[in-house]
Amino acid sequence: MIRGLTWLLGFQVLGELVVRVLDVAVPGPVVGMLLLFVVLRLSRYGDDGPIVRAGTALLDHLQLFFVPAGVGIVVYLGLVGEHALPIAAAALGSWLLGLAVVGGTATGLERLLGKPRDDLGDPA
Amino acid sequence: MRDDLLDLARSPLVLLFLTVAGYQAGRWIRTRTGGHALAQPVLVAIAVVGTAITVLDVDYADYRGATELVAFWLGPATVALAVPLHRQTDRLKGFVVPMLVALVLGAVTSIVTAVLIARALGADEALQKTLAPKAATTPVAIAVVDALGGIAPLVAVFTIGIGIVGAVIGPALLNLLHIRDRRARGLAMGAVSHGVGASRMLREDETEGAFAGLAMGLTALITSLLVPLLALVLF
Repeated sequence: MIRGLTWLLGFQVLGELVVRVLDVAVPGPVVGMLLLFVVLRLSRYGDDGPIVRAGTALLDHLQLFFVPAGVGIVVYLGLVGEHALPIAAAALGSWLLGLAVVGGTATGLERLLGKPRDDLGDPA
Repeated sequence: MRDDLLDLARSPLVLLFLTVAGYQAGRWIRTRTGGHALAQPVLVAIAVVGTAITVLDVDYADYRGATELVAFWLGPATVALAVPLHRQTDRLKGFVVPMLVALVLGAVTSIVTAVLIARALGADEALQKTLAPKAATTPVAIAVVDALGGIAPLVAVFTIGIGIVGAVIGPALLNLLHIRDRRARGLAMGAVSHGVGASRMLREDETEGAFAGLAMGLTALITSLLVPLLALVLF
């Protein structure tokens, strides 16, 4: 566990380093994720290695790590309530359109390229 | 209540305990309801903690400081999203071009429509700017809003809120839209509901989770590049 966590923290440090050196407005962990992916790929990392075990353990509880920021809603309840309609409509509307555009474009292009997939099977 | 007991109730230890216990309660409810879509542990935990700190009259800033230990792990967990992706790499074949085109179009759609809908319904410019990058993962959204001149702490609430919406109704909506390729399903959820959406997809299916994680990462990159450009046109 600690060995895997050390690697994950190490790649986060590397990501932060890259972000600072290149001076880009992307979070360090996102760059760390992409770098770790490349390394796992190149090293043909096995399914039972420490990075996989530590990573899976953290991802099982991903939702927990969002709680402290999410509780921030209590500070803004008044503001959000006052502008409830524009906030709800803009957030939900753009969410729905974004979801449909990404899903539709990806599957549409697959069909154009002649490689559509259907993983859900026949609904019968 | 006695002052020393009240001090204990407001201490970092108890605030941290409430956070983990609220999350644990959410997991318990999820199991008890057979994985009902509404039973997202993050939602239950926010409700429990939000109520508790309001009753105990704890400043949010103090709560945030006390739970830095929990929030910290979001970074390493984001790095860890490389793991499911690595295990699913062979599924990337023939999907790279559709994926990149879809994510760029999706990010433009999400940013532009959020601003325009908010504007049409009378939201002020600060609020429009705060809504613009809400599809990106929390740290990116905060950085983007900061640079743009919106309300940075509020965008964290929007992103997590929309992440929860995705976790609750996303899979059902994808069925309704007839998106049946697991790669595209994960991609769509990660693009609009970032890590919270990815966590739901990881529970559904590893392929969906892996592509949600990838979409979250790439959308973070795309959003931080696109919002400043689109802002020139929009504001």
